[in-house]
Amino acid sequence: MRRLVGLWRRSLRTRVVINTLLLSTAVILVVGWALLRDVADGLAENRRDAAIGEARAGLEQAQSQLDAAVDSEPTRQSQALTQLVDALAATRGENRSYELVLQGPLAEAGGAPVRASGNVGIDDVPADLVREVASEQGTFWTFSELSLFGAGDDIPVVTVGGRVTAPGSNDQYALYYVFSMADQQETLDLVRTASLAGGGVLLVMVTLVAGLVARQVVEPVRLARRIAERFAAGNLEQRMHVKGEDDIARLSTSFNQMAESLQSQIRRLENLSRLQQRFVSDVSHELRTPLTTVQMAGQVLYEARPHFDPQTARAAELLQTEVGRFEALLSDLLDLSRFDAGAATLELDPVDLATVALSAAQDEALSRAGIVGRARGVTEPAVVEADIRRVDRMVRNLIVNAARYSRSAQVDVIVTQADDRVSLAVRDHGIGMEPEVVRRVFDRFWRGDPARSQGGTGLGLAIAREDAALHGGTLEVWSRPGRGTEFVLTLPRVAGERVWSPVTKSVFA
Amino acid sequence: MSHRRPKNDRVLVVDDDASLAEMLTIVLEGEGFRTSVCHTGDAVMAAFEEFKPDVVLLDRMLPGLDGMEVCRRIREVSGVPIVMLTAKGETRDIVDGLDVGADDYLTKPFRNSELIARIRARLRRSDPLDTRIEFGGIVLDPQAHTVTRDGRPVSLTPLEFDLLACLISAPAQVFSREVLLQKVWGYHHPGDTKLVNVHMTRLRQKIEDDAENPSVIRTVRGVGYQAIDPASA
Repeated sequence: MRRLVGLWRRSLRTRVVINTLLLSTAVILVVGWALLRDVADGLAENRRDAAIGEARAGLEQAQSQLDAAVDSEPTRQSQALTQLVDALAATRGENRSYELVLQGPLAEAGGAPVRASGNVGIDDVPADLVREVASEQGTFWTFSELSLFGAGDDIPVVTVGGRVTAPGSNDQYALYYVFSMADQQETLDLVRTASLAGGGVLLVMVTLVAGLVARQVVEPVRLARRIAERFAAGNLEQRMHVKGEDDIARLSTSFNQMAESLQSQIRRLENLSRLQQRFVSDVSHELRTPLTTVQMAGQVLYEARPHFDPQTARAAELLQTEVGRFEALLSDLLDLSRFDAGAATLELDPVDLATVALSAAQDEALSRAGIVGRARGVTEPAVVEADIRRVDRMVRNLIVNAARYSRSAQVDVIVTQADDRVSLAVRDHGIGMEPEVVRRVFDRFWRGDPARSQGGTGLGLAIAREDAALHGGTLEVWSRPGRGTEFVLTLPRVAGERVWSPVTKSVFA
Repeated sequence: MSHRRPKNDRVLVVDDDASLAEMLTIVLEGEGFRTSVCHTGDAVMAAFEEFKPDVVLLDRMLPGLDGMEVCRRIREVSGVPIVMLTAKGETRDIVDGLDVGADDYLTKPFRNSELIARIRARLRRSDPLDTRIEFGGIVLDPQAHTVTRDGRPVSLTPLEFDLLACLISAPAQVFSREVLLQKVWGYHHPGDTKLVNVHMTRLRQKIEDDAENPSVIRTVRGVGYQAIDPASA
């Protein structure tokens, strides 16, 4: 069943065929039913008219025979009528188209005696008809409908009734003609069987035709799908064959144009990316060599500063710190360019975030700022596949930020685990941030508090977020003014398997 | 570990940037080393033969013969410690450098103290072991500083010798990469496991029958390495 549902959902062709089949069935059923109805009505009506005519003639003949047997004695009359019935039954033999039921005399107390031909009786005459004939002079009839679905045991009949009067005694007799419509029913059954067979054949044909037509349309679409899939998988050379000028050909042409345009865009971007990486690598080399010399010289001067006059000594100090800052900035910028160029790579090892959290809580940056660091959730290992340098860099960045900006007395480093990911939260209980500040903390070169920017590059959080994303993880922040800030780093157990949310929601969220 | 100052140790500085080369000699000489400078790759081998350095400080990018090729050529004739200077800090470059025989590397820019620490670490010998160690067909003689495998001599650089000695002097003990960095390289690189990985590969190529399926030095996944006697295993 599930396979069928799957086929229905996946295969356009199956759907077209099944829809066609269902709709055709409905149409054929409606048309077939109307046709049968018409045929049945026609057959029944003809039979009725003929039957009524024949019955009337019969009644008149019976009356005239009765009139001819002029005798006032009831027994003779009765005999005459019985003879009439027997004669009728005898003359027509097996070919007679009706049976007779004679009831009378009607006035006799305790129920009128009945004579009948064949194996019909007064019970086969509808009660309504009996009542009508008894109460009024004239000819009456009733009929049962032909059955569209086959008659079974109840053969449809037309029953016509009338009275005859014995001239002498004036006794009333009811005479009923029961006409069988078995022939008509048989004809109708034949028509029905033929219609059903014809309808069935028609359905099969229509289904086959629908299948063929659907195949003609769907095959090119399937081909297009396969080619699009290969294209999406990175085989940018894939193109569709264009044949003719129909819709499929136009689809192919459009697809090829799209592929062409995508391919050239991708090539252009690849080129740009290569150029960018090249540039980054060149800048790196060209800048770092002189920077190394400057730094080494600065350090020599810095170490020699006790021999300098105060102003020169201060200059040596400034040189030392600013070269350090320059170096940090260059290093951060190069890292960001690598992210932007898609050239950043991971060196994956099993990393225990519990250990990372423990040492983060004991970071000197915290104690120097007079902050108590506490690690929580670190009793059992929380191992993820990660680049330990990048993890250390991210966590260190969060700790240093907390130390610099939070004005909190305590910083918690909290590890929480799930089956597929581990979160490491750095939470302070300090001054917190306004929402518009929170929105911008990951922006490059953005500083929350220029007065308190102590030598940072303004790139740390931007890099940390890129680092997290490179692992397939996230770095998120929650903050409330006056209550504190929480940064949550979430990494997947298996690097690259994207995670979307921290293990637990932040208390500020 | 000994703490004597290597007053007379010679450092050959190979760098095409004249200012940096000069700055390096200023700092190194300030620390009591004797230095010699070489600006092009082509001149290195001649300078190496003449100066007989105890450590070579080699820039990765050089005009003429490049740093990698120089490194390979020095390795052909000597196990002298080589510290590669790399400007890129890209993993690939570092691993390439280590592959051709560099013992350690420094990423520009670096602090003077770090430069000195790394050079001293390369010059410092581990405490010499008193006795020969025989282990799974390997005979390590600390006095003569030689290693044989099934009777055949194996040529190891001093660093590889120390790495092997560290592992087989404590059979079956698992050494993490961090511990090996501390014990063999003599200082702590945070998380710098590629140094260990690359040298372990080179060491295995020299002492294992099949370096792909090592029988002497086993990798303990997620932890580190251990030496196992193939006969007893």
